[in-house]
Amino acid sequence: MSLNRKLLILFLLLGAVIIFGLIKGAVNIPLANLLLKDNQVILNLRLLRVIAAILVGSGLAISGIALQAILRNPLAEPYLLGTSSGAGLAAVIAVIIGVSRIYMPLAAFLGAVLSIIIVYNLSREKGMIADKSLILSGVIISVAFSSVIVFLVSLFGNEAMHEMNWWLWGSLQVYDYRLLLLVAFPVILGICVIYFFAQDLNAISMGEEAAMHLGIDAQNIKKILILVTALISASLICICGIIGFVGLIVPHMMRLVVGPNHKVLIPMTCLAASIFMILCDLMSRTLFSPVEIPIGVITAIIGAPVFIILLKKGKRI
Amino acid sequence: MSALLKINNLRGGYHKEDIIKGLSLDVNQRDFLVIIGPNGSGKTTLLRLLTRVLSLKEGEILYKDENILQMNLKRFCRKVAFVSGDISTDFSFTVEELVLMGRIPHLKRLQYETKRDIEIAREKLVLTDTLNLKDKRIDELSAGERQRVIIAQALAQEPELLFLDEPTSHLDIGHQVQILDLLKKLNRGSNLTIVMILHDLNLASAYSNRIVLLDQGMVFKEGTPEEVLTYQNIEKVYKTVVLVNDHPVTGKPNVVLVPGDR
Repeated sequence: MSLNRKLLILFLLLGAVIIFGLIKGAVNIPLANLLLKDNQVILNLRLLRVIAAILVGSGLAISGIALQAILRNPLAEPYLLGTSSGAGLAAVIAVIIGVSRIYMPLAAFLGAVLSIIIVYNLSREKGMIADKSLILSGVIISVAFSSVIVFLVSLFGNEAMHEMNWWLWGSLQVYDYRLLLLVAFPVILGICVIYFFAQDLNAISMGEEAAMHLGIDAQNIKKILILVTALISASLICICGIIGFVGLIVPHMMRLVVGPNHKVLIPMTCLAASIFMILCDLMSRTLFSPVEIPIGVITAIIGAPVFIILLKKGKRI
Repeated sequence: MSALLKINNLRGGYHKEDIIKGLSLDVNQRDFLVIIGPNGSGKTTLLRLLTRVLSLKEGEILYKDENILQMNLKRFCRKVAFVSGDISTDFSFTVEELVLMGRIPHLKRLQYETKRDIEIAREKLVLTDTLNLKDKRIDELSAGERQRVIIAQALAQEPELLFLDEPTSHLDIGHQVQILDLLKKLNRGSNLTIVMILHDLNLASAYSNRIVLLDQGMVFKEGTPEEVLTYQNIEKVYKTVVLVNDHPVTGKPNVVLVPGDR
């Protein structure tokens, strides 16, 4: 199948799931009535969710792609640098000390940024970023912060935990469209920066030295992209909490479909991840309506088996 | 002959330890220069310094009288290419994609490969006899095929100077000769200067016009195969007893090992 046809199919699919995302929910609105004034409020809410899904899906998947290439590790994911546990910890602390809900996203963002700074500095040796120490420090900080989260929650009871649940497992419920706009800016900018380096990513995924021999200054680009991906995931955590697996499986599936060339892979993955997230959000809203299942649970339930199949079936990643 | 690459009093290596300790060498245009030396003598480190992967501590490297450290990295990579002994990656690029990457030094960011770039890549695939592999993924190739693809990628950079780090180490004798014949052809026909590390002294003798024997980060001896490959030099540097006679066909020195336990 030609690339153009694949692109067309993804666009059509995206159009279809966007319409589904708008008409399906606790209340089903027939397509013909979608633009009626009575449905305005619901439509706006659902539109925000669809936009959030596109933003979150693309942001997580593209940062996943960038990290996988620069670390030459197909298992890397956007939360590798400890952003998720940093944000979670800050949010728990905010709940416990009674910070107003309005400032929760800010607290999460600061927590994420703090963990990035720690991990980044831990992995720096003589001005160089060593892949292995970056991954290790990310894991260590995640584990350490997570244990503090559990510690705090067990001390301060279930109230905090309940509040935290949607945060730790993610949700695309958008409370404030201004926050969505605020987050969209760094996320879209970040995706553009990563695409700007698409060619460099191809070279870097062959190894840092190989990239040097092709005229690509791998160390500097690595530093830029680590910060960009961290900024994307820290920003996204503010609006959607922690949503796992998206940054891992969507890039993998798209590599199977279009190959590893980042110039093609990045735009195609944006589309695919948007579709995937809108569908997951739809499931989280409608499967056990009116109860909403955290979207991170859905992505994990779909993601884990898909991932295992990919791992077992093809050596090609 | 003018010096294409001039290495003056080069010193450098890893962290605290200097591997290359004050090395000077001229590479002339159209040289087929082979670097030999025991393990740990600094052959690979030297190439990594010359291709700007490692930063040097002292000395200078001049490419056509221009300090290579002051050249824009992409411009440098349009003049000088490097072929490693092998590549490994978890990302399954096809052979064609990989060879096209050789055009990166000629492209701006976000610029797609032009028709000309694709033609050049194709030409190099033909040259290295890998055109029939172009849609295969690199992890599906044999070691010999992979080596030819790596060379095709470097050639796609259209360099004037090609460095190779043991390009034949994973290959059987048939493929060794095939690769070296190809390089010799390019050296003669396309004005390509070649600097190559080889372990096999007889291959070095058969293909090079100059040999550099490294010992402990310094040039022990440099000259024609006849001048360098003497049993005295080899015994001193490799601490191994050998016989050197003339190759019955080429007349070049032929190094024969003498087993210690007979």
